[in-house]
Amino acid sequence: MSGQIQIRNMLVDDLPTALNTLLATGGRMQMAYAWFCDGQPRVCYLAAPGAGQAFECWSVAVPSGGLPSLASIAPLLGWYEREIQDLVGIVFRNHPEPNPLVLERGEHTPPLLPGAKGVVMTTAPHALPEVEGEDIQELDFGPVRADVVESAQFRFFYIGERILRYQPRLFLKHRGMERRFQGLTTEAGVVVAERVSATASLAHALAYCQAIEDAAGCEPPPRALVWRCLLAELERIYNHLHYFGHLADATTLKVGQAQGRWLEEQTKQLLAHVCGSRLPMNLLTPGGLRRDLQLPDDFAGQLAALEKETRYYLDMLSDTSSYIDRLQATGVLSQQVAFDKGATGPIERASGLDRDLRRDHPYADYVMLAPEVALRDAGDALARAEVRVEELRHSFTLVERAVGRLKPGEVCSTCVPRPDSFGLGWAESPRGSLFYAIYLDQQTRLARVKIKSPSYSNWRVFPFTVHDSNMMDYAINEASFGLSVAGCDR
Amino acid sequence: MAFWTLFGLRKGSASTKWPKAVDDHGQQGVLGMPKVLDGVCAEGCEACIEACPTQAIGRKEGASQSGIFIDYGRCITCQRCVEVCPEPILQASDTWALGVRNRDELCWQAALQTPEATELGQRIQTRFRRSLHIRHVDAGSCGGCESELQALNNPFYNLHRLGIYFTASPRSADLLLVTGALTRSMLGPLRTTWEAMPEPRWVMAVGTCAVSGGIAEGGYTCGHGLDNEMPVDVYLPGCPPNPAAIIHALLLLVGRSSQHIHAGRLP
Ligand code: SF4
Ligand code: SF4
Repeated sequence: MSGQIQIRNMLVDDLPTALNTLLATGGRMQMAYAWFCDGQPRVCYLAAPGAGQAFECWSVAVPSGGLPSLASIAPLLGWYEREIQDLVGIVFRNHPEPNPLVLERGEHTPPLLPGAKGVVMTTAPHALPEVEGEDIQELDFGPVRADVVESAQFRFFYIGERILRYQPRLFLKHRGMERRFQGLTTEAGVVVAERVSATASLAHALAYCQAIEDAAGCEPPPRALVWRCLLAELERIYNHLHYFGHLADATTLKVGQAQGRWLEEQTKQLLAHVCGSRLPMNLLTPGGLRRDLQLPDDFAGQLAALEKETRYYLDMLSDTSSYIDRLQATGVLSQQVAFDKGATGPIERASGLDRDLRRDHPYADYVMLAPEVALRDAGDALARAEVRVEELRHSFTLVERAVGRLKPGEVCSTCVPRPDSFGLGWAESPRGSLFYAIYLDQQTRLARVKIKSPSYSNWRVFPFTVHDSNMMDYAINEASFGLSVAGCDR
Repeated sequence: MAFWTLFGLRKGSASTKWPKAVDDHGQQGVLGMPKVLDGVCAEGCEACIEACPTQAIGRKEGASQSGIFIDYGRCITCQRCVEVCPEPILQASDTWALGVRNRDELCWQAALQTPEATELGQRIQTRFRRSLHIRHVDAGSCGGCESELQALNNPFYNLHRLGIYFTASPRSADLLLVTGALTRSMLGPLRTTWEAMPEPRWVMAVGTCAVSGGIAEGGYTCGHGLDNEMPVDVYLPGCPPNPAAIIHALLLLVGRSSQHIHAGRLP
């Protein structure tokens, strides 16, 4: 059904060997999720053998006793297994952290289990590690935090300034968005995808539409492909500018914060002129765009002015020693941990992992736009900021290239979904790799949608840079990750 | 070494004078809530009703020439109805500032005017001559509403110029501003924050999720809008509402702007 993904039906017993081979040959796991095929539960492990090679869906039937946990071989799978446990009720044996992850503790009916009425699971209580000792203090922060931020709760165990252990409690905002898609038409699903994590609304719409197009075997016209990249890069620009405003704020650089926010605002206003909404929404549809868009007359001028101001701003930041000093050596993420726990996007690229879906598994018009990939290997907050500096600069170039490639023509081709089909779509969102796996039923309505969001990956990684660090650095470290809670919680 | 102070001074003020300067709201090009124009529907057509992802559209004798009406408290401005309508009945508009004091005002009502709401406005107005302090709670958003709320403090909107501030402590807050789909896990913290606020206290639901449940309504952890949880003083639909719409709604609360929509009729 799909050219860029291979389905491999596997036996449970063969999983560990296959996984070890994948890792030994430079591949990685992307995610795991459960779905139901003719009423029978199956789990798909999405494997990425490497740049340019097709993704593989390792599909296994779930025996009645559950599945063995693979988290000890590929630690990043740990969260996916726990999520499947919560949402579908499949048990993973010998899981290193068997606690619930996404659902409120206590009794519940697995929400993604078809016909689960009456099935009640009692999940283990939410367990936080016990840390005891003289002078050890405990601090609970959130879920309602200072200013305007997304809700999440954090527990710190610390002595003086030193953090011994850090435990985030996420998923308080879990809205069950994957189930929200079920029963919708493929066109209606886009509107939901855009609102999974609205600061990446375009990336979500894009990955979703590409999954549908994969299942339907259709290809949008060239003009739509160019527009998709153009909008995606504008989305990256406003997000990265937001990031620098936030990072400047965390390092108490007030003018730097204001300037970042002002540039972000200008980008959002430019987006409104281009596409009718400040956060690019309501634009994509399977097969292309919902309507043709026109660049405003002065677009080139406005973009050039914004780029010039942005360059100046980034130069100012990198000339500010108080800012650079606070970032250097803060929150170091080693390449090993980044790989094992599944870091993605600017975070992995700052720890020396050279991956970017736009280049390695190109979609839309990226083959022609040829994005460069920014890379650092220090793994500290400074490296994370530097990667975004370069990406921001590249994004302007990519928008300019896209403008040059925007030729008149159709913006939507017919995209007739096939009954009982499957598709995979992906996009490199501003925060990293985003995947949509979709299953359509006989009436070509959405039967199952799985979303792998970049912040789900990066929140999994983040605590490893906090244990054993300083209270003083915490806010800067968190800002240097640029995480979204909504994307993680879904 | 960078000279930020100099840089800041040289930049001067980027601040808008809106709403005093009527057109300087910065939202040029933004598509707002769809309008229902007069006209007769095609025989048996229910295209808009079927296309709407949040069940915002209904048909009622007298609501318009075609009977079609929109509950703007449920609208996420996705523009799908406008696209599928074969007649020129549903039309895109640039109306986005839809803050109201009474939820009913967002949906078509036979009778105009709700006098109690006006009175409440006057009572609040006398109290907030000076400044307004806001405590925000994200009760299950997609992050879109926060993105636009955070914009309020950027140099363009510069909320402080209006005497409106965000505060960390609920104890010094006058207004609880709530975003999101009201997930079960956030109800407790939301209520605790509300209870910690001194009376009199006001509550504002920002974004369609908080007003009526929005796109996530019906989810296994989600609610159906803030007024099922606590008394709400101002409702602002939008997905997300833009920063100027949020400012308009804040000024509405303190009696410094006037409502644009009445009994479900757009201006
Ligand atoms: S624009 Fe509003 S009324 Fe129209 S389909 Fe979308 S949500 Fe429904
Ligand atoms: S109203 Fe829209 S933008 Fe706001 S939280 Fe809900 S889905 Fe997101």
